[in-house]
Amino acid sequence: MAFLDSPKIVSSRAKFADSHTLARYLETGGYEGLRKALTMFPEQVAAEVDAASLLGRGGAGFPAGRKWSMLRKSPVSYLVVNGDESEPATFKDHYLVERDPHQLVEGVIIAAYALQVTQAFIYLRGEFALGLERVQQAINEAYEHGALGRKIFGSSFSLDLVVHPGAGAYICGEETALIEALEGKRGFPRIKPPFFPAVTGLYGEPTVVNNVETMSNMPWIVLNGGAAFAALGGGRSAGTRLFALSGRVRNPGVFEIEMVKNTFRDLIYDPQLGGGVIDDRAIKAIIPGGVSAPWFGPELLDLPLGQDEVAEKGSMLGSGSIVVMDETTCVVRATWRIIKFFSRESCGQCTPCREGSGWLERIMYRLEHGGGRIEDVDLLLDLCDNIAPGLTWPPQQTTICVLGPSMPSSINAAISMFRDDFYAHVQHGGCPHD
Amino acid sequence: MTHFRTDLRQRAVELVSLYPRARSAMLPLLHLAQEQDGYVTDDAMAEIAELTGTTPAEVRGTAAFYDMFHLEPVGKYVVGVCTNIACLLAGGEDLLAHASATLGCSVGGTSADGLFTLEETECLADCNIAPVVQVNHRYVRTTTPELFDALVDDLRHGRLDHDVPPHGTLIRIRRSGGLRVDPEELAGERAEARAAREARAATEAK
Repeated sequence: MAFLDSPKIVSSRAKFADSHTLARYLETGGYEGLRKALTMFPEQVAAEVDAASLLGRGGAGFPAGRKWSMLRKSPVSYLVVNGDESEPATFKDHYLVERDPHQLVEGVIIAAYALQVTQAFIYLRGEFALGLERVQQAINEAYEHGALGRKIFGSSFSLDLVVHPGAGAYICGEETALIEALEGKRGFPRIKPPFFPAVTGLYGEPTVVNNVETMSNMPWIVLNGGAAFAALGGGRSAGTRLFALSGRVRNPGVFEIEMVKNTFRDLIYDPQLGGGVIDDRAIKAIIPGGVSAPWFGPELLDLPLGQDEVAEKGSMLGSGSIVVMDETTCVVRATWRIIKFFSRESCGQCTPCREGSGWLERIMYRLEHGGGRIEDVDLLLDLCDNIAPGLTWPPQQTTICVLGPSMPSSINAAISMFRDDFYAHVQHGGCPHD
Repeated sequence: MTHFRTDLRQRAVELVSLYPRARSAMLPLLHLAQEQDGYVTDDAMAEIAELTGTTPAEVRGTAAFYDMFHLEPVGKYVVGVCTNIACLLAGGEDLLAHASATLGCSVGGTSADGLFTLEETECLADCNIAPVVQVNHRYVRTTTPELFDALVDDLRHGRLDHDVPPHGTLIRIRRSGGLRVDPEELAGERAEARAAREARAATEAK
């Protein structure tokens, strides 16, 4: 049985048609978190976020409080919000920027106050045309309301907030590539070390990069206290989280539920959540956290939706997006499409990723469309081993960023789980499902 | 004479002023150029180079990296159909083939009347209403062939001009206030605020 009694922390306003307006926001407690934060010392605000044990909601799941405390020794120059949401089947930030832009803006102002930053940027993927409008509108209204600009709400704190449009590049979700794009360059991830923008970020200065959902949690955390947030969830996975469910389910969508208290089965089958598989078919496999994550079979459906719980089983909760594939799904076609995506989106800096993705895509193409060979299956794994040696999880790095070594996940999972499906494609001379 | 129209030139200057360094305005300015001309022209790139303190080659090199920037003319409406994983599972490939037949152009091509360009896109982050279709980066939510054909009819007859503006993502909402202030002034304020806080902390500690 799904556990659905937890508070709605970031999706409480979505039920209103005008949830994006300042009027609705103010009517429902908007900017109260900021007013409270401004009565506290910045260090106290940061301490509340630390106490909340909020894991970053972008995909890597790094504790947000610790990301900030790495910088407390030296002044931070910039706060940058990552709204480049491009991981296939991830659509929770899209939901937040369109439905509750003021909540995001308030969260950013609170975080900027905690970090004592006077310049912040919200980077949104360019395809969010409506989201860009809504966030810009919210920023305009926040300036008029006195929540942004000089001497916010009469305090001594000032902040300038700029919304920055991306232009169609998955790689810009990688925080150093995002910073390059914000500097007006190609979205090439930067060579590490330094590993964190906290050391060398925007214009070479210390920069904090946080995800849209992470920021949207800030008003609630400040109003209710970090402890109240940490009391939700379980283990290291505190609070609620937005899960984006898609694929072969009756009721795909974004659902805010408490972490760990619910399982994949709850999310997929509960009538108030996914509502079960279309036509009551059996599940063949699920992708538990974006297409960079290794797949799970139906035997793991009772696993709790928690970061460590999923990691222990050799995958990741990642961006919180879950894709359901049923018994009618051709896993070879699904894998080919995922690899085609990586091949298109490789930025081209590193050989294993640039060349490897193209080779993998061509082999997957011929398996799916006819012309595949029996030895292709092991050739795929050999190629994957060159991109991420040992095919371990998390993958070994051979490249500047994690895009390349994320590619083998789906191929390795699909072959491990459904090797016979690949052979059937070879014997059939193409896809038997066509 | 600038290549940007007078109103957009003023907007371009405003955009540059939002950032600590002019080059940061590169992507917004490229969007702006595309909104004016439908694609990024050589003249626009030259002007953007001047505005951002770069060369036209650097502007082209940057623009070419990003999928949303077109360096050659495209249709009035750029129709994107997603076939990535969630949309694949919802029949995105069939809808793309249908779109190609309805619009009379291949994927990546432009219809003979110059009205439509068709693209196969990567995930557009609206996966609960799959397959996802965008026109000029507006979600149109036409998940079936019938809905798609009705959309094309509406577009042809100008019935969606309000929902689907011409190219670009920045056209409808402008930044209305809070243009950048002198960073030194802010740094001074920040130092003052820190001193005040430390004084307050010292008082409270006593």
